[in-house]
Amino acid sequence: MNAITEPNGAAAMQWPDAGVSRVPFRIYTDAGIYQQEQERIFRGEAWHYVAMDLEIPNGGDYKANYIGDTPVFATRDPQGEIKVFVNRCAHRGSLLCIDASGNKKDFTCVYHNWSYDFDGKLKSVAFRRGVRGQGGLPEDFDMADHSLHRLRTETINGLIFATFSESVTPLREWLGPRMTSHIERIFNRPVKILGAYTQYLHNNWKLYIENVKDSYHASLLHLFFTTFGLNRMSMDGAIELSVSGGHHISWSKMASDNAAGTEYQDGALRAMNTDFDLADRGVLKNWPEFPDGVTHAIQGLWPNFIVQQIQNCLAIRLAVPKGVDETELQWVLFGYADDTPEHDRIRLMQSNLVGPAGLVSMEDGVIGNFVQRSIQQDGDRSAVLEMGGREVESQKSRVSEASVRGFWQAYRGLMKL
Amino acid sequence: MSAIETRVERLLADYAGTIDDDQLEQWPEYFTQDCVYRILTRDGYRNRWPAGVVHCEGRGMLGDRILSMRRANIFEPHWYRHLVTSTRLKGEESGGWRLHSNFAIVRTMQTGEQSLFLAGFYDDVVVEQAGKLLFREKTVVLDSNRVDTLLVIPV
Repeated sequence: MNAITEPNGAAAMQWPDAGVSRVPFRIYTDAGIYQQEQERIFRGEAWHYVAMDLEIPNGGDYKANYIGDTPVFATRDPQGEIKVFVNRCAHRGSLLCIDASGNKKDFTCVYHNWSYDFDGKLKSVAFRRGVRGQGGLPEDFDMADHSLHRLRTETINGLIFATFSESVTPLREWLGPRMTSHIERIFNRPVKILGAYTQYLHNNWKLYIENVKDSYHASLLHLFFTTFGLNRMSMDGAIELSVSGGHHISWSKMASDNAAGTEYQDGALRAMNTDFDLADRGVLKNWPEFPDGVTHAIQGLWPNFIVQQIQNCLAIRLAVPKGVDETELQWVLFGYADDTPEHDRIRLMQSNLVGPAGLVSMEDGVIGNFVQRSIQQDGDRSAVLEMGGREVESQKSRVSEASVRGFWQAYRGLMKL
Repeated sequence: MSAIETRVERLLADYAGTIDDDQLEQWPEYFTQDCVYRILTRDGYRNRWPAGVVHCEGRGMLGDRILSMRRANIFEPHWYRHLVTSTRLKGEESGGWRLHSNFAIVRTMQTGEQSLFLAGFYDDVVVEQAGKLLFREKTVVLDSNRVDTLLVIPV
């Protein structure tokens, strides 16, 4: 493995002079960069999604997850407060919560029975005084020095976020008003889980996040969308970026479609296959559920969390890095607690559009791997991101890579690249 | 082994062979017109979540899955080999039989890479129409909550 850091901690890798319109391929393959991401992004100045509060409704409930490579768990203490800890015993470093979720009276490590309360304080150590005066911990062992690593924790409309940073601004401030209002729009009332699964991707996590932020590819790689008018570039819409570039929303309104005068009308694009028709159009049935008329909105929150509205198919996704060339993509599909049976049914039928078998989105499970496989030996060559210009700015056109450039702007800032 | 178990074993062998031999346009013919076919994860099945990885109602939707695979979806060429075992009758219900069978699928990529892609069980309701056994319900329950890369060929 090549060392990529200088003694002063600055990255040795030089970003191309062209700035964020170029992305060196090494960024997806270098183990040293991956390690720096863990420190500067996943443990750096950012908030990270951990769980939904409805997954831990009762005192003592917990849900385990990952922030980058670090195992964490969210728990609701007996008084109802939500907290997030690193999922690791302070003794020998064993995982503390082994099941993915459950309910605890306290947190006792299976290895040597060290036990912690809901504040993360070490409350008891097995054989602390030894046996018959032999063994045990030294007299001056201070239990207060061996607490769990507790993370700053905040929730927004039922979504639990945590951060390793003591200095990052409070969650809503970090999100900014536009990103906050979009979360409030989707999570406007209690939700219920309709399904959940994970999809394992054989590519670097950033290739998936770029794919999510790349509205340019949506109607080209994914034929299902285009043919049925779910997301044509000719529809009304926009890309909106946060100041840092790290967050984005790409939205559109289906009813405003007008393909006249575009390449779609001429049938020039491969993805516009007009003799392709469904026997059963049940998966396309929908209703306008948001008063703003937006039918399709993908929100990407820095660095790896996504809030999805594809018509009435609502979901969150978290792309957890699993080494430099693998990613675990977690999906949770949801509806609202007050959905009618008809709403339930429409969301169920639309669930066919997304996920690993998604009629629309399955290609995203492999496209990153197509890149990963081809770039192993050309780390100094670069991807090109010039659709919609070379800047990082909000745009009306979604034939743009502006939000991908925004990702790299934020990335370079935090990674000092 | 009861007569219906033997007949459904044969049905499942034909069903799996149709998929493994890439005769996917015939796959819907193993189902009744008003069938329900779905693929659930282990957690989804346990939590009774309605939405799984796939949810099809009626032969039309099954055919659409194949049409989409053939005409719309992009994926790397690959093949399945189904191993179906342990077919057991669970009971009779409303003119049909409920049966439980285990399956494993070995996936072969065009590179030659082979892996255990999916394992789990079929929770089937089989009915007889015009002397032919058909699936009225087929619930594919995966042993895992994770799917590798993508799932486009039916299970």
